[in-house]
Amino acid sequence: MMFLRYAIYRFITMLLTLWVVSIMIFVIINLPPGDYLSNQIAELRATGQAEGVAKAEFLRVEYALDRPIWEQYLIWVGMAPGPQGWYGLIQGNFGWSFEFDRPVSEIVGDALWLTVLVNLAAVLFVYLVALPLGVLAAAKSETWVDYSAAFVGYLGLATPNFLLALMLFYYGNKYFDLPIGGLMDPRFEGAPMSWEKVRSVLIHLIVPTFVIGTSGAAAMMQRLRANMLDELGKPYVETAKAKGLAPSKLLAKYPLRMAFNPFVADIGNLLPAMISGSVLVSVVLGLQTIGPSLLTALKSQDQFLAGFILMFVALLTLIGTMVSDLLLVLLDPRIRYGARAA
Amino acid sequence: MKQLPDGRFVDETPWSDDADLSAPERSDMDAPNWLLVWRKFRRHRLGLISGLFLLICYLILPIAGFIAPYTANERSAEYLYAPPQSINLWHEGQFIGPYVYPTTATADLENFRWTYETDTTRPMPLQFFCEGAEYRLLGFIPSDTHLFCAPEGATIFLWGSDRLGRDVFSRILYGAQLSLTVGLIGITVSFALGIFFGAIAGYFGGKTDWFINRVIEVLRSLPELPLWLALSAAVPSNWGPVAVFFIISIILGILDWPGLARAVRSKFLSLREEEYVRAAEMMGAKPGRVIRRHLLPNFMSHLIASATLSIPAMILGETALSFLGLGLRAPAVSWGVMLNDAQNLASIEIYPWTAIPMLPIIFVVLAFNFLGDGLRASLDPYKS
Repeated sequence: MMFLRYAIYRFITMLLTLWVVSIMIFVIINLPPGDYLSNQIAELRATGQAEGVAKAEFLRVEYALDRPIWEQYLIWVGMAPGPQGWYGLIQGNFGWSFEFDRPVSEIVGDALWLTVLVNLAAVLFVYLVALPLGVLAAAKSETWVDYSAAFVGYLGLATPNFLLALMLFYYGNKYFDLPIGGLMDPRFEGAPMSWEKVRSVLIHLIVPTFVIGTSGAAAMMQRLRANMLDELGKPYVETAKAKGLAPSKLLAKYPLRMAFNPFVADIGNLLPAMISGSVLVSVVLGLQTIGPSLLTALKSQDQFLAGFILMFVALLTLIGTMVSDLLLVLLDPRIRYGARAA
Repeated sequence: MKQLPDGRFVDETPWSDDADLSAPERSDMDAPNWLLVWRKFRRHRLGLISGLFLLICYLILPIAGFIAPYTANERSAEYLYAPPQSINLWHEGQFIGPYVYPTTATADLENFRWTYETDTTRPMPLQFFCEGAEYRLLGFIPSDTHLFCAPEGATIFLWGSDRLGRDVFSRILYGAQLSLTVGLIGITVSFALGIFFGAIAGYFGGKTDWFINRVIEVLRSLPELPLWLALSAAVPSNWGPVAVFFIISIILGILDWPGLARAVRSKFLSLREEEYVRAAEMMGAKPGRVIRRHLLPNFMSHLIASATLSIPAMILGETALSFLGLGLRAPAVSWGVMLNDAQNLASIEIYPWTAIPMLPIIFVVLAFNFLGDGLRASLDPYKS
């Protein structure tokens, strides 16, 4: 019951945060002087194409770009009636992309799911790599295992994501015959779900997952190692050792459980960085996630498209953080409900 | 000191009752804080080496033009995508000092690439303190003396040349000027914001604290890169390179302060209850003075250590932004701008040296990490 109340409280704070974020994002995408349509109108006028001007003018009114900025915001979010009535993000309308001349939802479409998929794979990768390596590095601290794990970790932290992506692509293709670019074989694009398609996606996921996850895994590993080392120095470990518990059992039974909580909670801190990374890596590797669209939209001031993608990325992060908070409460009964870690 | 026949050491100075028995220990205990920190830091081998490395890097910045054989945008149109050249000392068993072999480019029309042939019969000694293209020493003294340059009729591309025939080595030196200072300016912005907001949140508490805390939470829960992208997309494209550079560093700093502010706030919350703070307040010190003179010095060193750890993120951020074409732009040279050339697989496969700028990035970022770790470990000199 307490948990349910906490979950609801956490959900409401998430919604409030999202609302604040939406204001921020709207301000940011409106920072550049002018907007896509007025730029287009100016260009059309300059080249003397009068019929285009009428259409652009119509779109400007249709999408309320001629109104004051706060009104534009309310209409965009769906908190005030626009020219087409109550029809904003809340009502499920993601807006219109002026550059592609199609609704935003059509453009992003599949990319949304693929973005979620790539990030989930990366989170999974972080856990799968960081857990064994962190425990191993702590158990064998100050031996070559520890040092090489630390070395790999530091390299992972220091290498820019996009370079790692390029190099892995190159060598992965050369030596392991991994596919280059994209998230699936071109022939499966737009094709219905099938085992073949799933397999193709999975193979294409290997390099991106590795690239996005490495720095997160490195950070996570170091933290788990530090937590484990703290626990390993405590008297109860000594007692267990004295009583003759097998080393592997000794590790898994107590210290790991203690060190595990921060491990789960930390994904909330890592998530923003990882989603950032996935946007960048998608651009470099040409993955069909929302990363590349974000970049083009930002460059051409396609404000509704950029705004929606930014909102989606923020939402993804916020949900991830919320889930990790809830998991932490479930895992660790000592955490007081509603209390925030300092 | 005298050694007795049985091997013991005896001090010859006569015993005096006034001598301070704790003097040897006192020299340690009375030592100023920075000395103790330095002593401890000195033992942190990796941190020390990294610190020295960074110091050298930053010292090179103002004289980059002198060390680089070419200037940043100087083109050798005959040498596009020239491979790295080595400097040799011995020619056919004879020592003739540092020299290079001249190379000639031929167009390989079958594979559409340039191939280079090295003429190993004619060693051409390097020139030192020679005249080359003009640059500005320290940013304002015009000079055309270079530490070394290629002899007439040959080139000196230590790390190859790029798409337009510009020397990669020289460009890395010039690029360091922007890439390394971006982090410093960014961290200054983030430091100022973080301390300001953290301090007022922690010191005043109450509603201010609540409000600032919410802002911190919102900012921390957002992915940085998309926001950086959006903010830098808003930079007008007709601004000059210098203005873009400053605005990019400020953008990098603006999203970084919440972490610092949170650390400052939690310190303030515990420190503001101390007696000396109350004493200062009772003597009529204004909040600003209490914060600056009594509270901040307590953990300034910790803040500096954590700032050191967040510089790498900014350097990587600048690289990523420039790489994507939303950061610094072409006439400006930074490591990210240079890597823009290495964006596709073809160039990595055929001209691997265009990706060399990643090496300084990796080294600098690693060095900052190690330095920060070392500083953090040695800042508490009384803890063993």
